[in-house]
Amino acid sequence: MTRDRTPLLLAAVLAAVVAGGLVLPQWALFILTVACAQGLVVLGLMLLLRAGLVSFGQALYYCIGAYTAGGLARAFKIGDIFVQMLAGSLLAALVALVLGFLLARYRGIFFGLLSLALSMILYGLIVKSEALGSTDGFNLLPSTLFGVRPSAAWVRYAVAVAAACVALGAALLIHRFLNTPLGRLGPAIKDNEIRVEYMGASVRYAIHVNYVIAATLAGAGGALVATTVGHIDPEMAYWTTSGEFVFIAILAGTGSVIAPFLGALVFGAIHTIAYDVSPNTWQMSMGAALLLAIVFLPEGLWSLFTKRKAA
Amino acid sequence: MAAILDAQGLNKTFGAVTAAQGVTAAIEKDSVVGLIGTNGAGKTTFINMITGYLKPDSGSIRYEGRDITALSTRQIARLGICRSFQIPQLYSSLSVYENMLMALGIMLHNSGRGGFFSLGAPRVPGHDAPAEEAADRILGRFGLSGYRDKNAQVLPGGVRKLLDIALTMAAKPRVLLLDEPTSGVSAEEKFGIMELIIQAVKAEGATVIFVEHDMEVVSRFAQRVLAFYDGRIIADAPPQDALRDAEVRRYVVGAIERSARA
Repeated sequence: MTRDRTPLLLAAVLAAVVAGGLVLPQWALFILTVACAQGLVVLGLMLLLRAGLVSFGQALYYCIGAYTAGGLARAFKIGDIFVQMLAGSLLAALVALVLGFLLARYRGIFFGLLSLALSMILYGLIVKSEALGSTDGFNLLPSTLFGVRPSAAWVRYAVAVAAACVALGAALLIHRFLNTPLGRLGPAIKDNEIRVEYMGASVRYAIHVNYVIAATLAGAGGALVATTVGHIDPEMAYWTTSGEFVFIAILAGTGSVIAPFLGALVFGAIHTIAYDVSPNTWQMSMGAALLLAIVFLPEGLWSLFTKRKAA
Repeated sequence: MAAILDAQGLNKTFGAVTAAQGVTAAIEKDSVVGLIGTNGAGKTTFINMITGYLKPDSGSIRYEGRDITALSTRQIARLGICRSFQIPQLYSSLSVYENMLMALGIMLHNSGRGGFFSLGAPRVPGHDAPAEEAADRILGRFGLSGYRDKNAQVLPGGVRKLLDIALTMAAKPRVLLLDEPTSGVSAEEKFGIMELIIQAVKAEGATVIFVEHDMEVVSRFAQRVLAFYDGRIIADAPPQDALRDAEVRRYVVGAIERSARA
């Protein structure tokens, strides 16, 4: 058996962020942090994709995470990034636990559209709610870490390192989960549900567990983005936000727990460059990039690494 | 000998079609029972009811004295009643070895081993070995070692059948229902494959119920035959007697031969 290199690789990436972050410009640190947040959401999406389920509604949990962070900051003056992420993921997990009883019964297009519909309900609720800032949303205070507020020059670096720690830690936990019998069931469910049931495992239970984990990760991602950007609005629950996560997941591939973060980083880079080059047609550039990825890398960016290994 | 499985008065209709009427049969422990009948006679419905995939409209099924009629497929599988399929049900994107690991992994999961916090390679209950070792052992017993790293999707028909049955072995079945284990296998290979299957399964000490259309295979491997026609059991006897029965000759053997000639 080949040795599992993933934990080492994750540690190496973290070291690179800690060291490289010292020389990166502020805007790059910002992109890196947002990539960590989006990568967390996509990591959860990857779990569902492995089981053959495409969720067009991860924005629901992303938005719950963000508004939890915002609510904590506004109502209780809690700006600690770790507390915000923890609270965001817990609330998202709780909602997913309840909704999972419904969603775990559906497959294919029904699962996709039902998850989309649920996220749009949240969008509608927030838009109608004056207390939550309606369509404008509201601003958050600068983040603190363990009760310390870093100086303006260091806050981006500190948040980026904290984000990388959480993101890579989550990746390590998911990697471990994927090596348990329950975690391995995903591809089996995608291939043949009847066989899984006839072998004595519950497909619904497995999907429910994956769904809750995915929501937990999305909640953490949402809280992280809220504190990084410093502003939240209902667009975070809008279906195009979910679409972006699916976009990143397809770009990244499901080959490894690192792929979602790589995908998010590449997505952020393409986005930034496209916007810089032509602000009016950046969506077209993004579409072209996805098209190229699908045509030339149908298994996602991660296949660049696995193919080389096989050769 | 004690009955391991006892079906009493099973009835099942699908709209106007009667798939089972008053099906009653007690299966003895460690026996090998052949189910025969034309297409639509009710053999697969019988298997589907025993494994919980279909619920009978009335009647009861007892397994080792326990009523299992209302249990789900999953619960019944966990009790040790497993099945193979007429059309092999495999994990087609995975290799033969990974298919086997998946089956053994589900055993680990159901026994509460191999969870998130467990360390090392847990031993699969009943196999007394880690999953990797048990997988290779079962594949070897079914003559599948040569296909170990092949993708399940590209396997020849006979090999798919064997893998389908090998997968059930992960669960250490007490009762194994084989739905047409030799369909789609060439006439020359049938006896060899059936011999291999029966030996491998008997080595595990399972009671076997198999559906078969080839009467030579039935007479050679079954100790007892249940002949189905129109949702009823029209004969329940050792093969030599059952195959001589006038009704069986008319509705089962003759019908199968006629359709084979057509």
